[in-house]
Amino acid sequence: MTRIHLARMVGSYGVLIALALLILFGYLRYENFLGLFNIMSVLRYNSMFALVALGMCFVIMTGGIDLSVGTVAALGSVAAAYASPYGPVAGVVAGVAVGLVVGLINAVMITRMHIMPFIATLASMLAASGTALLLANNRSVPVSYQSGFTELGQGNFIGLPIPAIIATIAFILGWLVLNYTATGRGVLAVGGSEESAKLMGLPADRIKTLAYVASGGLAGLAGVVLAAQFGAGQPIEGVGWELFAIASVVVGGTLLTGGVGSVGATLAGVLLLGILFTVLNFENGLGWISLSAYWQSVIRGAFLLVVVILQARLVAGETTRT
Amino acid sequence: MTDATRATVIERRPINPFDLLARYGTVIALVLLIVFNLIFTTNFATLQTLNVNLTQVCTIVIVAVGMTLVIATGGIDLSVGSLMSISGALAPMVFMSKLFPIGNIYLAVALAIIIAVGVATLLGLFNGWLIARFRIQPIIATLVLFIAGRGIAQVMTNGQLQTFKVPEFQFIGLGRVLGIPFQVIVMLVLVIIAAWVIRKTVFGRQILAIGGNEKASGLSGIAVKKVKLVVYAVSGFCAGIAGLVVIAINSASDANLVGLGMELDAIAAVAVGGTLLSGGRASIIGTLLGALTIQLVRYTLLANGVPDSVAQVAQAVIIIAAVWVQQQGRSA
Repeated sequence: MTRIHLARMVGSYGVLIALALLILFGYLRYENFLGLFNIMSVLRYNSMFALVALGMCFVIMTGGIDLSVGTVAALGSVAAAYASPYGPVAGVVAGVAVGLVVGLINAVMITRMHIMPFIATLASMLAASGTALLLANNRSVPVSYQSGFTELGQGNFIGLPIPAIIATIAFILGWLVLNYTATGRGVLAVGGSEESAKLMGLPADRIKTLAYVASGGLAGLAGVVLAAQFGAGQPIEGVGWELFAIASVVVGGTLLTGGVGSVGATLAGVLLLGILFTVLNFENGLGWISLSAYWQSVIRGAFLLVVVILQARLVAGETTRT
Repeated sequence: MTDATRATVIERRPINPFDLLARYGTVIALVLLIVFNLIFTTNFATLQTLNVNLTQVCTIVIVAVGMTLVIATGGIDLSVGSLMSISGALAPMVFMSKLFPIGNIYLAVALAIIIAVGVATLLGLFNGWLIARFRIQPIIATLVLFIAGRGIAQVMTNGQLQTFKVPEFQFIGLGRVLGIPFQVIVMLVLVIIAAWVIRKTVFGRQILAIGGNEKASGLSGIAVKKVKLVVYAVSGFCAGIAGLVVIAINSASDANLVGLGMELDAIAAVAVGGTLLSGGRASIIGTLLGALTIQLVRYTLLANGVPDSVAQVAQAVIIIAAVWVQQQGRSA
């Protein structure tokens, strides 16, 4: 009984506890860790990953996967860069639109042609990358600095980084949709058991379509932020983002088999993996040890390992005892 | 579908284009591509073209052979590219005596190969251990080494390029036996062994049984965990060899680049080759043909002046078309 209880506790709060401990560790060990500048730059930089992970979270909750998000973000950044002279709104519309289109194509392949999500989105990943390179003529596309577009990545609003505000709004919307709308509950039902969901009369295909379209749109939006932050559309950026997003979602306790998930824990997962990197930088700054940036992926991998083993053990304990 | 029901279906409808396409689609596509090239691509029917295509496709096939076995059990291995970079980073450190001095160059090269491939195999075994022991989903379990593995290789080399000129080692990538590139021989040997294992051995049957229905396999006395351990170790082994081939061709090892994106190339080859991604069915020859088809499509497009970016889009379309046609064939 206690073990079951513990499993549920760790499932829902584990990532938050880990995040709190990591922040506490950083606060006690390093000067300025909770300084305004550091907090702002962590939020600014990780907002792109947060957007991508939010979409991924919905897709994974339906029991699917979306490998195309990284290259869709690259494609979105190129489209946004071309639209940037017409202002920030045009940039957002262009970036999100290409993301929505790719998401819709993914959805059609998965729900109509019944191709496995892994393969379907693997193909669209290649196609999006090719299209991005083609549109950008194999180089990065500079954005306009006159139209105010770069504010989307570099600007502040009431003292907060604009990309972080965008990501926060997206997460609040995602949380509301998941918990308070029929579609949101449908996402979990389809992921839990598609067969049962269909028998209960839920429009499973439509729900899955929405999840992939949302994932594409959010990846496109992440691309807009990317272009605004770095001042250029980057056709070769975004490599490996999909796996980082999957890792964040998993660290957040969302089961890859679908049917269970939390939007908030996904955000915590993104921040956790992001802050690990910051801690590494601060540790180097202390001068006791000197770990190259390459250690960041080793540490992230090791961290993911610990989390999945813990999850596996707790889930195993739960199923054998109930 | 049992053989009997399949037979009646075929009897009722003697010509089902999808079934034909699903069975021989990859071969047909390959033949069409070759015919197209013979007509339109200048200098296609030369030994050099053959060599270029074979050497480029070799590493993908080597990795895809291991991947086919993994996928046949219903799993997936995302870590292969990272394992390639680890193996590629380790070998030069050994044969250039960076780790410990070795007098004899042949001994050094032999040790380098054994250590590099051995470590990759062990890491594959580690994947298998996570999957078999903790029942972690393969995509997550291998994601760990996908993320950490390249980092380990980068940390080992400090992210720096290792260049070398060691003909004894580079024979793996540049040598020839009876005019055939050595890595093509390695590839063919691996393909033949794997195809034989799948078709003729009990172990091969066990792999397919686990992919078909893991629970039933376990109940019927198959050592599911052991089979999985071996399969992931084999995938690591294949990735280790592929890493050596890549660095031997390049005369250099760059931990940032060796094997980058290889997991997806290999999975694409397996899927186009007709192996079900849900497991339970495997065709090693299909994987070879799948890799050759993807390679030849790219070559055809590039040789005829189509930019690489368009070739990528074409590759995506081919993967979807191949998988879709195969599904139609099965459901028909």
